[in-house]
Amino acid sequence: METPKVLLSGIPDYHKIDVYLQHGGYKEIRKALAMQPADVTGEVKKSGLRGRGGACFPTGLKWTFMPKGTDKPKYLVVNGDESEPGSFKDRQIFEFNPHQLIEGILITNYAMGIEAAYIYIRGEYHRWVDLLQKALDDAYEKGFVGEAMKKTFGKDFTTNIYIHKGAGAYICGEETSLMNSVEGRRGYPRFKPPFPAQNGLWGMPTTVNNVETIATVPQIMKMGGEAYSGIGAERHPGTLLFGVSGHVNKPGVYELPTGVLLTDIIYDICGGVKGDKKIKAVIPGGSSMPPLRGDEIEGVRMDEESLKPLGTHIGTGGIIVMDEDTDIIKITKRIAHFYHHESCGQCTPCREGTGWMEKILQRILDGNGSMADLDLLVSVCNNIEGNTICALGDAAAWPVRGFITKFRDEFEARVSKKREFTAPNIVHGRRQAAGSLVFER
Amino acid sequence: MDIVFSESELEKVEEIKSRYPELQAALMPVLWMAQKKFGWLSKEVMMYVAGLLDLSYAHVYGVATFYTMYFKKPMGKNHIQVCTNVSCMLGEGEMIFRHISEKLGINNNETTPDGLFSLEEVECMGACGGAPMIAINEDYYENVSIMMIDDKFDLLKQS
Repeated sequence: METPKVLLSGIPDYHKIDVYLQHGGYKEIRKALAMQPADVTGEVKKSGLRGRGGACFPTGLKWTFMPKGTDKPKYLVVNGDESEPGSFKDRQIFEFNPHQLIEGILITNYAMGIEAAYIYIRGEYHRWVDLLQKALDDAYEKGFVGEAMKKTFGKDFTTNIYIHKGAGAYICGEETSLMNSVEGRRGYPRFKPPFPAQNGLWGMPTTVNNVETIATVPQIMKMGGEAYSGIGAERHPGTLLFGVSGHVNKPGVYELPTGVLLTDIIYDICGGVKGDKKIKAVIPGGSSMPPLRGDEIEGVRMDEESLKPLGTHIGTGGIIVMDEDTDIIKITKRIAHFYHHESCGQCTPCREGTGWMEKILQRILDGNGSMADLDLLVSVCNNIEGNTICALGDAAAWPVRGFITKFRDEFEARVSKKREFTAPNIVHGRRQAAGSLVFER
Repeated sequence: MDIVFSESELEKVEEIKSRYPELQAALMPVLWMAQKKFGWLSKEVMMYVAGLLDLSYAHVYGVATFYTMYFKKPMGKNHIQVCTNVSCMLGEGEMIFRHISEKLGINNNETTPDGLFSLEEVECMGACGGAPMIAINEDYYENVSIMMIDDKFDLLKQS
């Protein structure tokens, strides 16, 4: 079956507005404007589109949470913070398909009656901020965005789009933290409820969607929700941008329908493992998702509903492949270090717990670990999970616990190094002193 | 250098303010502008930005210190950022870091005495498919090798 190209068309120079227009660009917004806003949302609902930021929440349903018939200004925030290790997909959209993203924002804003959208892009993406800004300037110039929309489309609806650049904080990918960051504050996550749809940016109704989600919307309008829902897996339809990295011959971003076999991605699309080695572990959806062991990946389909029973999630679709020679403890420690570094410090279990995990794992790496450390690590994970305001705590706990439980043998081997001591024969006892004692640590 | 924006930069600040319903939201973009112009965010720069946006210095300081990409100390002309996160680690990112560190004779978060290079070990930069990767100032270099780095650094030294 040929893979439908929804997001990355592969047409040369598609990022330029003229080329985009030649291929039917900005037609879908006209189509949407001819419909009732509720029908646009209905179409997205019908498509079964689920959020691409990792939580897989049904997009159409999320849109219906926005209050109707209110005088308050409403906002859309497009989340392009993309900082999860292993995921690098949104960058492709900024670079190769920015106008589809802009058109998607227009349609989304029309569906919910939103007056302004902020695209949040991580600070490291200087070049991609510039690329998207260029596309946005072109769209403004052609009258597709802003005041000129009224004249261009002949409908009483205008919306503005702005880019907000982050400055290097993983936590700002969390929706409430992201809103604080747009407001010019420290990126601390907020309590939920109230949810953004009631109390978001500046206390107004706000919807937060991932870049990939929004960029899909014009294609849903084009082919119709019904047709889109026929692509890929039934309960998680559509195409996903899978970012594959690690020990594969051809790493990169590939657009594939959901429900594709993980082994097909690794062996066919990415050309197999480097040096034809065996696979020890695969992280299926960015570093915060529990890993799959090499012997578990056979027959695994890449969609949320298929991965859930395996105790992991599709996340952002960032697949990291590790070959048989990978030091799992080192990888676990690196992941723990990342979450320690990125914890915002607001909640004690996460602020302290992530640090403890890193220290314990460092101790094990240095050869000073003990068997009790493994249970201690799991206990720390259990005490972080669910006890924090945002999901960063869970994101830190899941991979560590996942690696320890799935690679227990390897961890145990590392901590149970047998050490021999010669017993000093300077004490007296009724028992015969042994020549040497073996201590198991 | 006097800590003031030029006329055209002040116009830009006004344009940034107009994007948001509240003044405070302009803080991050204006800090970016200030960093670009003055090189780093000294106390004077932060006070100046606070004055421009009618914010307290404490708030500006709080925001500037939360985000790692705002420099709170002077940086070298070339800011070398080496990723050593999972995907890059699998692609020998740590070796690249060690090599650069030895080559420049500085450790993480240090600047060479001639002020040419600053070295930083960074978290994932979103280029995992091109591991190992480094960034020099605003530019990404993916699939780097030690040879490539040596050539590039020689060029940077000459310029």
